Amino acid sequence: MSRYLRNLIIALVVIAVLYGLNFVFAGRMISPYFTRILLLSGISITLAVSLNLINGFTGQFSIGHAGFMAVGAYSSAYFSVTYGARLAVALGDGTLGWFVALTLATLVGAAFAAFAGLLVGVPSLRLKGDYLAIVTLGFGQIIVVFLNTIEVVGGARGYSGIPIVKSFFWVFLVAILTIVGVYNIVNSAFGRALISIREDELAAEAMGINTTRYKVMAFVISSGMAGAGGVLLAHFDGYLNPKSFEFIKSFEILIMIILGGLGSIVGSVLGAILLTVLPEALRGFAEYRMVIYSVLLIILMITRPQGLLGKTGSFKGWRRNRTKSRTEAEEITAEDTRDNPSVEKATLGERQSDTSLGEEKPQ
Amino acid sequence: MSTFLQQLINGISLGAIYSLIALGYTMVYGVLKLINFAHGDVYMVGAFMGYYLANGIGVRGAQAIGLGADGLVARGLLGGGVLEPSLITALVVMLLAMAICAALGVIIERLAYRPVRKYSRLTALITAIGVSLLLENGGQVVFGAEPKFFPELFKKRNIEIVGGASINSADIIVLVIALALMIALQLIVYRTKTGRAMRAVSFNLQSAKLMGINTDFIISFTFALGSALAAAAGVLVAIRIPRIDPLMGILVGLKAFVAAVLGGIGNIPGAMLGGLLIGITETMVVGYGNPIYRDAVAFVILILILLFRPSGLLGAVAQEKV
Repeated sequence: MSRYLRNLIIALVVIAVLYGLNFVFAGRMISPYFTRILLLSGISITLAVSLNLINGFTGQFSIGHAGFMAVGAYSSAYFSVTYGARLAVALGDGTLGWFVALTLATLVGAAFAAFAGLLVGVPSLRLKGDYLAIVTLGFGQIIVVFLNTIEVVGGARGYSGIPIVKSFFWVFLVAILTIVGVYNIVNSAFGRALISIREDELAAEAMGINTTRYKVMAFVISSGMAGAGGVLLAHFDGYLNPKSFEFIKSFEILIMIILGGLGSIVGSVLGAILLTVLPEALRGFAEYRMVIYSVLLIILMITRPQGLLGKTGSFKGWRRNRTKSRTEAEEITAEDTRDNPSVEKATLGERQSDTSLGEEKPQ
Repeated sequence: MSTFLQQLINGISLGAIYSLIALGYTMVYGVLKLINFAHGDVYMVGAFMGYYLANGIGVRGAQAIGLGADGLVARGLLGGGVLEPSLITALVVMLLAMAICAALGVIIERLAYRPVRKYSRLTALITAIGVSLLLENGGQVVFGAEPKFFPELFKKRNIEIVGGASINSADIIVLVIALALMIALQLIVYRTKTGRAMRAVSFNLQSAKLMGINTDFIISFTFALGSALAAAAGVLVAIRIPRIDPLMGILVGLKAFVAAVLGGIGNIPGAMLGGLLIGITETMVVGYGNPIYRDAVAFVILILILLFRPSGLLGAVAQEKV
């Protein structure tokens, strides 16, 4: 019982601190420019940490995250415009009213995004590797195309008139809930199942893990959290445009978690903050900003492919075929020792089949 | 009926261009198991090289289009005078653009992909995304973000055919050139020693190396070949629809990749077939359905094909070995 009590106290303290800081920011004691960047960082953290659950911990390379973010953003914006604002006014138009309205909006956004994640995840998670990547990219793009056609939410013109809530408390509450959620998932039996899928899907299946079920669950949770991030964004500027959810946005979130290191929550937070602050720091070179980004990404991949805080030795499923490496010795030193049995196996005539063209084909 | 015929012709012409790009994806995937995300952007660079070359050798009509405003090419850089637009000029421009992009492809492989070859395939994929972003944003800085209008390399006219449909001469030329390039590729891959080495590498890289094949050279060669085809596609697209911009390669690249998967990735005839099918389907959807779904069509096809026949139309079904 004491553990729950301790957690409850920690939660209350965090909420109190956030609420206190909220007054600091709302009272304009800190410049609005700084506040804006801080809030954007909070939104980025939500998105990056949620993407890390599926990409980093489950090892399923999804690059359509912006699509789910869009579903969350649009559904919650529609909710806020049609019901939320009225509800808030009915409850007195005060802090309490908006708190209730926003909580409902967040739940609506997350639920819709999670449902979209389910629809996309069930068929596409049967695929692996590059195929999964390209299918999620495709789904993300299809979501944007459909948003362009829905006139109720403005279509290609964009959706304006969404109630604006720039609340430090709210943004960081969602961000912290996402971090705590992912942390707890990863450190549970469920999370260990996900990590085992990342390390070796076949072995995980042999251990009795229903890999498809777990992958879909992780995908749905991750999508729902991305949806919550979208909710924050929708109420941040009060305007949404389908264009801002194209795959460039997905790539941006992806770069955050790669920079921080796949499979590292702290890394994702760091990457999210860095990639939100960096554009501001590089404002003088606005034109060259993305060029610098991409060069940095390539250099990072060449020099430190696991990211700033990532661990080596994971991503077994994605490991290059040992037959592809320059020398056997290089490969063995590059990986940890538990891979040695597979070296023996490779000499038993397995290689021939390992590199045939269709080797990575989904089943 | 005539509308259908017209749409079919447009579709085949567009499909031929997708096929050319898809070939590059499929060949690189064959030898490296890498989705070369930057391939669509090489196609974009090809179109821009065509633009600058056409202006550089001084094709008439080119100078009318704000030449010199970029400050990158002087008028009549190579020819000195004003050339009449003709098929020969178009071919020269295309071949030069192909050569430049072949070099670009080799440089990309050497500088970005070769160093990460020893890491996981995920690393290679992310590097490819990085190269793609670099070309897109670098293109916006170097070429300018606003669209440019490609000079008319030869006189276009409409040719009436049966059923009231008409073919634009540009479409015929696009089709003929694309076909010629595909035949040339077939000859290289199936009739030359280098081509045999390419097939060996895509079958089994390690064994190919043991047989004395210089695999690094073959990989570079594959990139050169694929990039040259992409550049040709870039120039051909610009001949059909003379509006080019630095982000034109993203969607076309993705669709061409879908074409490669549709035909069976790693399979050269499959890429050609897939490109045609995607091109025709897309034109039909735009012609008879809602143009807004233009960009969703390819992805819907991709998802269906991956769900029901993941090895593609012409690909061999593979078993996963433990």
